[in-house]
Amino acid sequence: MPSPQPVLQLQQLTRVHGTGATEVHALRGVDLDVHPGELVAVMGPSGSGKSTLLTIAGGLDAPTSGRVLVEGTDITTADRRTLAALRRRSIGYVFQDYNLIPALTAAENVALPRELDGTSARKARTEAVAALEEMGLGHLADRFPDEMSGGQQQRVAIARALVGDRRLVLADEPTGALDSETGESVLGLLRTRCDAGAAGVLVTHEPRFAAWADRVVFLRDGAVVDQTVRSAADSLLTGQGLGPGRGRGQAVER
Amino acid sequence: MSIRHGLLALLEPGPRYGSQLRSEFESRTGSTWPLNVGQVYTTLSRLERDGLVAQGGEDEAGHALWAITDSGRAELRSWYAQPVDRSSPARDELAIKLAMAVGAPGVDIREVIQSQRRHTVRAMQDYTRLKARALTALESGRSQERDDIAWLLVLEQLIFQTEAEARWLDHCEARLVRIAALDPGTAAPAAEHAPPPDPAAVHAPGTSHRA
Repeated sequence: MPSPQPVLQLQQLTRVHGTGATEVHALRGVDLDVHPGELVAVMGPSGSGKSTLLTIAGGLDAPTSGRVLVEGTDITTADRRTLAALRRRSIGYVFQDYNLIPALTAAENVALPRELDGTSARKARTEAVAALEEMGLGHLADRFPDEMSGGQQQRVAIARALVGDRRLVLADEPTGALDSETGESVLGLLRTRCDAGAAGVLVTHEPRFAAWADRVVFLRDGAVVDQTVRSAADSLLTGQGLGPGRGRGQAVER
Repeated sequence: MSIRHGLLALLEPGPRYGSQLRSEFESRTGSTWPLNVGQVYTTLSRLERDGLVAQGGEDEAGHALWAITDSGRAELRSWYAQPVDRSSPARDELAIKLAMAVGAPGVDIREVIQSQRRHTVRAMQDYTRLKARALTALESGRSQERDDIAWLLVLEQLIFQTEAEARWLDHCEARLVRIAALDPGTAAPAAEHAPPPDPAAVHAPGTSHRA
């Protein structure tokens, strides 16, 4: 499944906060590649460096050393203009508290990053409505954030994160404020967008949500200590695997 | 696991033969707990001994049919009405393993926990993938079959169970780190790899008496 060019590459990433006696090593040499179509969950206890990893991956914070490549461009050495353009065009964020702009409708929120990037308002609006419809959220286009449930706002936030050609979505505890059923629908949408070709990094402390990922990376004390890759679902449904069809049609065998 | 009651439930709508019961049991539960035909016949003969089922005739193909009796129906009603007993827990190998690993020489309990966590989360990933498929099938209206709904419920139970285990493992690890921080003399082997203790945790009410 992995293609030759990862959307995100973290190489020997370190981040040290403070100096001397108060020095804290938030990340200690993290390597991580995320390919198109892949959803990676990052898990670890609080203070393990999960959120630091995500903010650095998105260019919101700079590493102490190491490289961050987004679609091949090193954002740690890019000039401000290049970085700003990459953040607008390549990277989408989803936060725990949705961060939709209250004065704008769902469609306007989704259109905003495109307008900031110079797309005409009319075209941005058309794209935004199309993005919402593609995600089954077309009926929310003209609603304001306070007219939507938390789960609806978060799904709109995912639409905003991925509108245009952006292929990298970084999600920091996106289900944190949602009940488990709604959280699940948000994860389902993220999963679908990744199946459609986006690359996703999901930071979560909820194993049930991390389980939607292709790969779960365990972070501890700023280092990757372990990771897990799911089986191909097809192998689950055959051989030793489980599935509703397994028992059917076998009654005739004796 | 109650195969007895599962078979009674499957016999309630009408007589069945042995391998048909096996097949229907597996369909309903997605083969999560595979049965062999031998188990089915052993169980049927015990049910017959207890007067809960009776053998009655054959189908056109010559399969011996089994039918539920009135006492079988009463037993089934009472099974649905009573909660499943959770007050005498089944042996849990993982709990026993961790209990044995505490203070065991040459065993890094943190490593035991992590290798289990990897395995458990991976199982959750697999179940979640199957669940996503099952949900897509149900929501698209392609399937509203009783077996598919039953399979979804069983899958979700597996997910909740593995989730509980993953959470418990996280908790065990945090617990061991806290205990090690309180009393380095009797530290669990986790202590030497442990991150600096969270001061708030060390002085939390209810744990300070251990110091």
